[in-house]
Amino acid sequence: MSAVIEEHHHDDHHHGPAKGIMRWVLTTNHKDIGTLYLWFSFAMFLLGGTFALVIRAELFQPGLQIVHPEFFNQMTTMHGLVMVFGAVMPAFVGLANWLIPMQIGAPDMALPRMNNYSFWILPFAFGMLALTLFSEAGAPNFGWTFYAPLSTEYAPPSVTYFIFAVHLMGISSIMGSINVIVTILNMRTPGMTLMQMPLFVWTWLITAYLLIAVMPVLAGVVTMMLMDIHFGTAFFSAGGGGDPVLFQHVFWFFGHPEVYIMILPAFGVVSAIIPTFARKKLFGYASMVYASASIAFLSFIVWAHHMFTVGMPLSGELYFMYATMLIAVPTGVKVFNWVATMWQGAMTFETPMLFAIAFVILFTIGGFSGLMLAIAPADFQYHDTYFVVAHFHYVLVPGSVFSIMAAVYYWIPKWTGNMYDETLGKTHFWLSFVGINITFFPQHFIGLAGMPRRIPDYALQFADYNMISSIGAFIFGFSQLLFLFIVIKTIRGGKPATAQVWDGAHGLEWTVPSPAPYHTFTTPEGVNLKEAHG
Amino acid sequence: MDKAKRSRWLVALSLLLSSSALYADWTVNMRKGVTEISEKVYDLHMIIFGVCVVIGILVFGAMIVSMLMHRKSLGVEPATFHENHKLEFIWTIIPIVILLVMAVPATQTLNAMYDAGNAEIDIEVRGYQWKWQYTYLNDDPTQEVKFMSSLLTPQDEIYNKAAKREHYLLDVDNELVIPVDTRVRFLVTAEDVIHSWWVPDFAIKRDAIPGFVHEAWTVAKKTGIYRGQCAELCGKDHGFMPVVVRVVEKDEYNTWLAEKQAEAAAVYEIVGKEWTQDELMAEGEAVYNRVCAACHQANGQGLPPAFPSLVGSPLITGPIEGHLDIVLNGKAGTAMQAFGAQLNAAEIAAVVTYERNAWGNNRGDSIQPREVNEMMAGQ
Amino acid sequence: MQEQNNGKLVLKLGAAAIGMFGFGFALVPLYEVFCDLTGLNGKTGGQYTEAESQQKNADRVVTIQFLANNNAGMPWEFRPVVRTMKVHPGEMNSTSFYVKNPAKTAITAQAVPSVTPFMAANYLHKTECFCFDQQRLDSGASMDMPLRFIIDSEIPEDVDTLTLSYTLFDITEQMQGQAATE
Repeated sequence: MSAVIEEHHHDDHHHGPAKGIMRWVLTTNHKDIGTLYLWFSFAMFLLGGTFALVIRAELFQPGLQIVHPEFFNQMTTMHGLVMVFGAVMPAFVGLANWLIPMQIGAPDMALPRMNNYSFWILPFAFGMLALTLFSEAGAPNFGWTFYAPLSTEYAPPSVTYFIFAVHLMGISSIMGSINVIVTILNMRTPGMTLMQMPLFVWTWLITAYLLIAVMPVLAGVVTMMLMDIHFGTAFFSAGGGGDPVLFQHVFWFFGHPEVYIMILPAFGVVSAIIPTFARKKLFGYASMVYASASIAFLSFIVWAHHMFTVGMPLSGELYFMYATMLIAVPTGVKVFNWVATMWQGAMTFETPMLFAIAFVILFTIGGFSGLMLAIAPADFQYHDTYFVVAHFHYVLVPGSVFSIMAAVYYWIPKWTGNMYDETLGKTHFWLSFVGINITFFPQHFIGLAGMPRRIPDYALQFADYNMISSIGAFIFGFSQLLFLFIVIKTIRGGKPATAQVWDGAHGLEWTVPSPAPYHTFTTPEGVNLKEAHG
Repeated sequence: MDKAKRSRWLVALSLLLSSSALYADWTVNMRKGVTEISEKVYDLHMIIFGVCVVIGILVFGAMIVSMLMHRKSLGVEPATFHENHKLEFIWTIIPIVILLVMAVPATQTLNAMYDAGNAEIDIEVRGYQWKWQYTYLNDDPTQEVKFMSSLLTPQDEIYNKAAKREHYLLDVDNELVIPVDTRVRFLVTAEDVIHSWWVPDFAIKRDAIPGFVHEAWTVAKKTGIYRGQCAELCGKDHGFMPVVVRVVEKDEYNTWLAEKQAEAAAVYEIVGKEWTQDELMAEGEAVYNRVCAACHQANGQGLPPAFPSLVGSPLITGPIEGHLDIVLNGKAGTAMQAFGAQLNAAEIAAVVTYERNAWGNNRGDSIQPREVNEMMAGQ
Repeated sequence: MQEQNNGKLVLKLGAAAIGMFGFGFALVPLYEVFCDLTGLNGKTGGQYTEAESQQKNADRVVTIQFLANNNAGMPWEFRPVVRTMKVHPGEMNSTSFYVKNPAKTAITAQAVPSVTPFMAANYLHKTECFCFDQQRLDSGASMDMPLRFIIDSEIPEDVDTLTLSYTLFDITEQMQGQAATE
């Protein structure tokens, strides 16, 4: 894959990039590293997608046809881990690398060397995780939430590699976030205040703080697991005076902010795209910033809504229910603002806009099911069923993943200098849109009807919707090969893009030529601040 | 069948078109259930769902109108407004009001769920990998009715070698039996990993956590059989440990309980008698298929490496005492559990005898329930 | 100039990350304190020493149930001698649990108590409990393990049944492991 990109860079004779493979290994250029992150993320997206298709193939019909329950559990676990930590998070880091310096008029990320390290840790972490699939007792099989004691006393030996891989991912994320924060706070072009930054930069700034706050907690919880498994401590074992529920509290203290880590940058992307294609300024910029910040704050105090059924006292249930319901307020503000941005605009519907609008609609549906899940008494029926699966896939796939695709279509002309093929792009969108809804909408029904999640086989009354869901999954999955084709085609050639690319686009990244030169904004004098917030 | 299937497809289609059909068919909606609590939960679910639908119609409606009317191709000029404090204030306040209104019934329902009162019957529910154990608490712990409840669906149905019958994967050998209109308290805990005991028709979902006991209670208003499943990933056969509760009239319950108590006494007798090889083999096969086949497979070949084959294994070719020891006490560091507490001596003797003589193992030896009992007592 | 600023900020953020790693571990004792205060996970406290201060409340009767269970791999026979007791708050009660080790080897066990409803955990005071110590039984041996407790006279009105459950864990290996490292 890297060969393709190299070729492109050979084509344009800008100064800078070294030749050969070592360019990618040693690079400290934010654009190169952004590219590496994005390709890595796409590879992981396909890997995690393959796992998902194994799951959906097994669930196509009742009965066990393709895999054994043990392997099925490994698939659900690896699918979750690879998609969350391998696909979605690195994709946003990739976008951050490409865009943040260009959007704030900085020549590069603040800490280029560390930037290189934080990327190159990832292939090792995920290589190790993926290799556990070939170990004798198999890969981790305890779900991506790895509740103790299933993940400690009852785990396969590969759990140790899993723990080490999580540590590596954590270190990579923390280094990446430090880099983002330092870049944003210290490297903005003179004259750009915080409240003049594009929303993508804002949401990433908040995300980076979230990452620094919670990735170490994740590292802590897996370290405790490691100690329980190998060093005889009993953090999570009742026999030694520990408590398995403690694991869940610590995990979700990380886990809930993690949810927003995966969606806040998506908010930023969509807040960039909708104004461009509505040809109208983003409605309520300031309230968008405040809403993002309050979502981030609330994410720290609602974690136990993932644990309504563990048997908390009434007061605990009530508190976490109320706090969770509150999140609907800032989230609602965001949705209303996007709709108000579209209102009385002059819209066109290029591929990025299609993905962005689908994001708003489908993410909102995910938000609705989230609000339903927040109602603790009802959650007793929803919890750990396919209703939850439908909910978080609605916020993660047509949410985060669609926003990433929207971002790629939106900025790829800037990255490559070529326009993508609009017809193919729209085809990709419609296949994805239809596929995703066929996959996940019926899961609401089977969840409400009582199908638990993470089961390899199911009762007969769930058969029809599972079959529909599997068909949708294959449509969605294979459409992504079209995405791969479109991206490669765009890298190789296409209609040359102008500097502004989209006639409604505003922001510093659109003031540099397309493709963006290897080095941009090397001096503050070159920055046209006026254009930045046009 | 085909017709039914087609009509269900139609239902699915019509659902996508109109959400009002959601009220009609339980297979696409939450069950109303048979307790006061489950009905409250259902109502709550429908209210919040209705609220979401209304907000959805407003928001998506505005988007659709906007997408239809505010297009560049219609030659419109974009407006220039980009904030409106009044509007922003309003759409912050309105959701808060809606949420406050929603919080009221939610809090009431939660309060009702947590209203622990005196129960007439206490049942301990204990999750095992991968079955449930029910103990009807009695003042004399030696006289208690206590049994395992595990999946009845044969492996052949799961592996598509036989047609799947009604209640596929939702049928157990021993149902939990409770009387109607009676307050029953469940004390939920687990043996090994976390499970979750879920009966949708009672709106009970309680995590079963090793070392901790959590309570839940119910008053079923209607007799019938209510089915649920384990709702927390608990390892390989998480999908194969259903929960089945039979709610019966009070008289029927008392009869049933008395019978069960008599059965428990009878087991002592069964254990005392001398069994023939054929009797042991027949009982052993039944026990094996119910308890062991999920891991070691019906043909004894297992699923190596996690679940070793029993055909010609050192365990079988070695002395019978070693074999018995593993079945009774499990094998540390592996998935092999201790069955000493789960099976009675007759079942253990039978299954050990069966394993040593099935699938061409032909060891020719056997062990009597009496001997198993002695070994357990005298170890 | 900017380089210096970057360095400072990196140090601060790095320190924050390390601090949060520590916070992850600090959640363990925080959780315990929180549970002690609220009875969140139904764990009972240690030995109770203020038995004299309790006033017997003869008007109220509270039912206490005893559950006894083995964790996976624990072969002992383990059961309460009585299943339920009706007691007056403030009054000293005693009962016992029967255990027998049918295994071929000596086994060390730790009993872990849990109370439901959770809010009752703070009102159950144990003056003597086999769960305070590890218990060791030789092969074939049996014994009655004593429990003495008081239900606090302040126990909330709406609690009329509480369940005290013990789970026995086989900790022979851990003990050997500790002995080996000592």
